Amino acid sequence: MELKDKLLSSFLAFEENVDMHTDIHEIRSRAIKDFEEKGFPTRKQEAWKYTSLNKVLKHDYTVFPKKEDTIDYRDVEKYFIDDIDTYKIVFIDGIYASHLSATTHEKIDACLMSSALNSSKYKPIIDNYFNTVAPKESLTSLNTAFSREGAFINIPKNTMADKPIQVINFSTGNESALLVQPRNLIVVGENSHVQIIERHQSLTDHPVLTNSVTEIYADKRAIVDYYKIQNDNHQASLIDNTFIEQHRESNCSVHTFSFGGNLTRNNLNFYQKGERIDSTLKGITVIGGKQHVDHNTLVHHIEPNCESHQDYKGVFGESSTGVFNGKIIVNKEAQKTNAFQANNNILLDDKATINSKPQLEIFADDVKCSHGCTIGQLDDDALFYLRSRGIPLKEARALLMYAFANNVLESVKIPELKARITKIIALKLGVNVGYSL
Amino acid sequence: MLKIKNLHAKVEGLKILKGIDLEINAGEVHAIMGPNGSGKSTLSSVIAGKEEYEVTRGEIIFEGEELTEFDPEERAHKGVFLSFQYPVEIPGVTVTNFMRTVINANRKARGEKDMPANEMLKKIREKSELLEIDRKFLSRSLNEGFSGGEKKRNEIFQMAMLEPKLAILDETDSGLDIDALRIVANGVNKLRRPDNATLVITHYQRLLDHIIPDFVHVMLDGKIVKSGGKELAYELEEKGYDWIKEEVGA
Ligand SMILES: Nc1ncnc2c1ncn2[C@@H]1O[C@H](COP(=O)(O)OP(=O)(O)O)[C@@H](O)[C@H]1O
Ligand SMILES: [Mg+2]
Repeated sequence: MELKDKLLSSFLAFEENVDMHTDIHEIRSRAIKDFEEKGFPTRKQEAWKYTSLNKVLKHDYTVFPKKEDTIDYRDVEKYFIDDIDTYKIVFIDGIYASHLSATTHEKIDACLMSSALNSSKYKPIIDNYFNTVAPKESLTSLNTAFSREGAFINIPKNTMADKPIQVINFSTGNESALLVQPRNLIVVGENSHVQIIERHQSLTDHPVLTNSVTEIYADKRAIVDYYKIQNDNHQASLIDNTFIEQHRESNCSVHTFSFGGNLTRNNLNFYQKGERIDSTLKGITVIGGKQHVDHNTLVHHIEPNCESHQDYKGVFGESSTGVFNGKIIVNKEAQKTNAFQANNNILLDDKATINSKPQLEIFADDVKCSHGCTIGQLDDDALFYLRSRGIPLKEARALLMYAFANNVLESVKIPELKARITKIIALKLGVNVGYSL
Repeated sequence: MLKIKNLHAKVEGLKILKGIDLEINAGEVHAIMGPNGSGKSTLSSVIAGKEEYEVTRGEIIFEGEELTEFDPEERAHKGVFLSFQYPVEIPGVTVTNFMRTVINANRKARGEKDMPANEMLKKIREKSELLEIDRKFLSRSLNEGFSGGEKKRNEIFQMAMLEPKLAILDETDSGLDIDALRIVANGVNKLRRPDNATLVITHYQRLLDHIIPDFVHVMLDGKIVKSGGKELAYELEEKGYDWIKEEVGA
């Protein structure tokens, strides 16, 4: 059976397990219809021209894992940023793992989507924000139809989350192939601040496909820093759909670190619904083998006097492929917009490829927009210079790649996370340059 | 220390070095002078091991070993240092971090442990003072946005940090004003020891007023056509290269 048909029939089974008489279920029913109409995206669609889901969709995915497979903290410790105190919302095969988690309801809520969906206390928040930021696209609709579990983070007005929140999704080898669809909602009130680290980690060699949707609502003057660590094993594919609605004078950043996985697609959309908003989108991709990482970004400038900064760097080895598709829309009303976009890439091998395409749709006349894309190799003269000082070739290459990625890491506000990313890059390149950036 | 015999090299199919003979002993300072395009930088790159230059004939013996057998980094570990005519900009790596990486890479090659951080800082301070380098300078990205003179001074700072056996200074004087020239030359002189040697490549004799050479060689069209003492440098300064061209029938 085709995956689409399987999902449509699974929805019937899913309905039997959830309360059908809620508003949420209305949303789910409409979403499955939308998915039924649209189906999975194909390369005929402009936004999917360079990323084919064909191979990934071929597997016979289990949609409902049978039981929670417990894992020992010691076995997965390395996937946590464990040298700082954090809240933790952890899932195994899409099911909440309380023994790995540290949630809270004091001052802030860092807890489960399932409890938020089912409790009257959170009903106003769910009614106001759930599925309001995400656009109606086939993959988000698919996620919405099956939305049941994920992270729910609610930061009330004038509150600074006292520690970062880690959201980690593990998948295990219980099922032959597994489809998981986490659904996260993050609501950050006026003048509030939160830092979130997200990670998807497969613990099995079986294929795993994650179709994740994260909605972030940033109220006036809110500050949200979101970090995505994508360093999964090579059987795991990820479609990450993250949507951010920002209000007046809010400041949101998303850093995406893509090192692992089979196919990774990042749909990252920012909607600026107020003045003097600042949006930052940064990414470092270091991949090899046959890996594929696709960054598909949208910044929609709706109101005047806002800024957006995009800086994506990629290092592609062997026959890996990268895609960067950065769209900036500036509405007619959005005068005095400053929108910057840069995508710089290094291809280490002849077979590696990158497709980089900026798309600017500018309807206002008083705007500053810049975009630039470079594709190059490591500079031979620079390599010789480093080697002539006694730095071995491998380290010299690594050093140049570090240097290349450096300014993206500079804006990471959690030092322990920065150190971790540096380490992952070093590991990925198979060297230790003996200093940190 | 260094014995170059009948060295021929080409780049992109072009013959550039056409039979170089040169012998440098420990404790000596040699100067190579010659017009633009005569192959001086090519010679230094070939000694340092730049891969795009192909050695087609001859040998480069450094302390009894054939250098062409080794990678550029291995030559550095053996004590060969090249001060580049055009130092490369490396954005994103500070001078200090670069120096740390370089020192520890060389120590590792000798089987030694990393240099302790405080010792490293002390050494960096000491050597940067020798070259009158501002502390702020050390936290800037390597060579990025440096003036020509700053780049050259930074090259000699690296040399001071590494204390090589053989230092090749390729046009280190170009881009330096008189004060900087004096500082750099002073640095080089302070680093001179009976067990190391210096090869100074220059167009002008003015650097040689400060770093006094034991031998001066004239390079024309990929060959050393004349050698002499330091007075040869003055002669060249005064008369140019044409008389040598005539003398050697070039
Ligand atoms: N990488 C290269 N590719 C092509 N030609 C080169 C290259 N390097 C040097 N040459 C040529 O070799 C000759 C010698 O250059 P160079 O060694 O830089 O001379 P000098 O340092 O004495 O001015 C010049 O004619 C130059 O154009
Ligand atoms: Mg030259």
